[in-house]
Amino acid sequence: MEFFGKTGRSARYLVVNADESEPGTFKDRYLMEFIPHLLIEGMITASYALGSKCSYIYIRGEYAWIVDILEQAIAEAKNNGWLGKNILGTGYDLEIYVQRGAGAYICGEETALLESLEGKRGNPRIKPPFPAVRGLWDCPTVVNNVETIAAVVPIINEGGEEYAKIGVGKSTGTKLISACGNIKKPGVYEIDMTISVEEFIYSDEYCGGMANGRKLKACIPGGSSVPILPANLLLKTAKGETRYMNYESLADGGFATGSMMGSGGFIVIDDSQCIVRHTYTLARFYRHESCGQCSPCREGTGWMEKILWNLETGKGKMGDIDLLWDIQRKIEGNTICPLGDAAAWPVAAAIRHFRDEFEWHVTNPDDAQRRNYGIGHYANPIPVPVTA
Amino acid sequence: MADEVKKEVPARFKVTIDNITIEVAPGTTILNAARQIGGDVTPPAMCYYSKLQGSGGKCRTCLVEVEAGSAADPRPMPKLVASCRTAVMDGMVLKNITSERVLDARAGVVEFLLLNHPLDCPICDQAGECHLQDLGYEHGKEGTRYEFKRRTFEKEDIGPYIQLHMTRCILCYRCTYVADQLTDNRVHGVLERRDHAEISTYISKAIDSDFSGNMIDVCPVGALTDKTFRFKNRVWFTKPVDAHRDCENPKCCGKVTLWQRGDDVLRVTARKDQWGEVQSFDGKPGWICNTCRFDKKHSNDWVVEGPTKVSRHSVISQGHYIDMQMPKEIMPEVMGGRAPKLLMDIQDISEVNSVDIGLLPGPATSKTFEKKEQ
Repeated sequence: MEFFGKTGRSARYLVVNADESEPGTFKDRYLMEFIPHLLIEGMITASYALGSKCSYIYIRGEYAWIVDILEQAIAEAKNNGWLGKNILGTGYDLEIYVQRGAGAYICGEETALLESLEGKRGNPRIKPPFPAVRGLWDCPTVVNNVETIAAVVPIINEGGEEYAKIGVGKSTGTKLISACGNIKKPGVYEIDMTISVEEFIYSDEYCGGMANGRKLKACIPGGSSVPILPANLLLKTAKGETRYMNYESLADGGFATGSMMGSGGFIVIDDSQCIVRHTYTLARFYRHESCGQCSPCREGTGWMEKILWNLETGKGKMGDIDLLWDIQRKIEGNTICPLGDAAAWPVAAAIRHFRDEFEWHVTNPDDAQRRNYGIGHYANPIPVPVTA
Repeated sequence: MADEVKKEVPARFKVTIDNITIEVAPGTTILNAARQIGGDVTPPAMCYYSKLQGSGGKCRTCLVEVEAGSAADPRPMPKLVASCRTAVMDGMVLKNITSERVLDARAGVVEFLLLNHPLDCPICDQAGECHLQDLGYEHGKEGTRYEFKRRTFEKEDIGPYIQLHMTRCILCYRCTYVADQLTDNRVHGVLERRDHAEISTYISKAIDSDFSGNMIDVCPVGALTDKTFRFKNRVWFTKPVDAHRDCENPKCCGKVTLWQRGDDVLRVTARKDQWGEVQSFDGKPGWICNTCRFDKKHSNDWVVEGPTKVSRHSVISQGHYIDMQMPKEIMPEVMGGRAPKLLMDIQDISEVNSVDIGLLPGPATSKTFEKKEQ
């Protein structure tokens, strides 16, 4: 808010980022599909606070049916006088529009989203200026996630202090986690961030344990772009403390031995899965979704994908692993938007924690080609030194 | 707000780049400040073009390290910043070639840019004045580690004057800014995503506009070349000559460089400065119209001013020593008008000169000179 209004322009906008395209994340879909009125109510409140007369929901192109749900919810709100001219006699006018994207992951980046919303090619802008200073049509704009805006309603209803009593430390309030992968009960769970990761995976209240009686091998705790964690580092931090489902605890140990809460896409991987193939799949995704604007991301993501494909199909060399490490290092931090980082981190973490698996693919090319991943070889997670 | 204390903004900002301090006007970008210093301190720029609004930030070759953000807030920035799009702050301390991180990142960017580049310099018209060649030579590593097939594109015809070689493109977006800012109707842009993003016209429409030829000038590589000059000559064999004519088009500046072979005008381009950008005349960029560029290919059409001063470091400067800077002679200044007194003439007293080596039957040895002494 401190950025706001310095440009002296009159119009302000609220844009809700519903372009939820991260692999493994589907919490906003649940909110919009089943409780769209919560989002609309949150938007009306937030728009009133900002003084926005026109607010947008930028929704992912693949969520076509949710557009209808949202538009119906908006029509219902309008019929009851919650939207439109002179809302409830307060003299405040607000219109909410739903804009459907064309299916680009990059349009979830806030400035690319604004470009796309303006009808241009969805390339991220160079920051600064940030959207709060010059956003949509050069006017101050707030871009927030669906979950954030939906959380406005309980915060207003209960009061900020009361809401902040939920949770622990700085991780207050509740968080939606979309759990998927090799677990018995995949789905969207609302947690209060005081439970441990172990409890979240194994308790019947949440994921219900590993499917088919397999062992936990690794987990991506916050959507595909955050670093993967092997089972030993997932359940306990490098210091030996229990890891909890909250922002601080998941990030404990930095990228060397920790990860991030990210977008709340909790992907659990059991011991039948191959980390090299998994990393290749993610690299292919980021290669496909790179906007092609800045060179490290445009060229580097394609290069990483090709090397990972070689490693996965048993055509790789030992030097390829170090080469991958060097490529991700040169992409990370050198790009316009965070997509470069998001493409680099999974590869970095996979090599950091599962290097022996990459090496196994090089030394056993025949087995790798038959996709016989030598499962017994890495059923138990490798101990990682604290200083790694 | 009335009670808000207005901070006094100094008229000139002090910036330190690689331990060289310079004062620049507020609002200057780091790259332009470094260009005022000049030399090796200036980061290379492949996509930034000072005459095109909104350009820059894409190629990432101009990344620099910010050691201190400003005098008011002297914290370093965690990431390298794109110097072409970051404005300087008062008291900013920057590192370009003195930073290992920058050199490492830049070598990476050069490798990325060359990853899908066809390296067909021997048949490329841009060779010799190509910014990517210079960049690879100055900032790249000796080889690539890329072992895969390079991506290619179908050739596409975009009109009678301009040849598009999409395989050579590094997606600097400069030509799209030319299409946006100089021409009347924009038909030229970027299609597709990732490493298959391509510069093109929608549904193979021909580019037909008075100023479309400037796309050729702004293109740092051989992706957009002049069809009237294609395969006619190598640029380093041609003789650049400054010339002008009174162009009917009011937006055209009429000041050009003719690239001649003998008396034939092989090519007409806008005049470029040492950064490879179009020169400004009276504060306006010297864009030229398509009539000047493509139709006036005779010496009689032009008033020749003289040979072009080539100050760029590229191979086109070979054979053009006109703008070469001679080292400064400091001896007369030091002596203050006094002529040095000759104390000893080595020619007179040296025994070596008393032997005529040409008359000796074999090679001269120390004995030859010893005998002379006896």
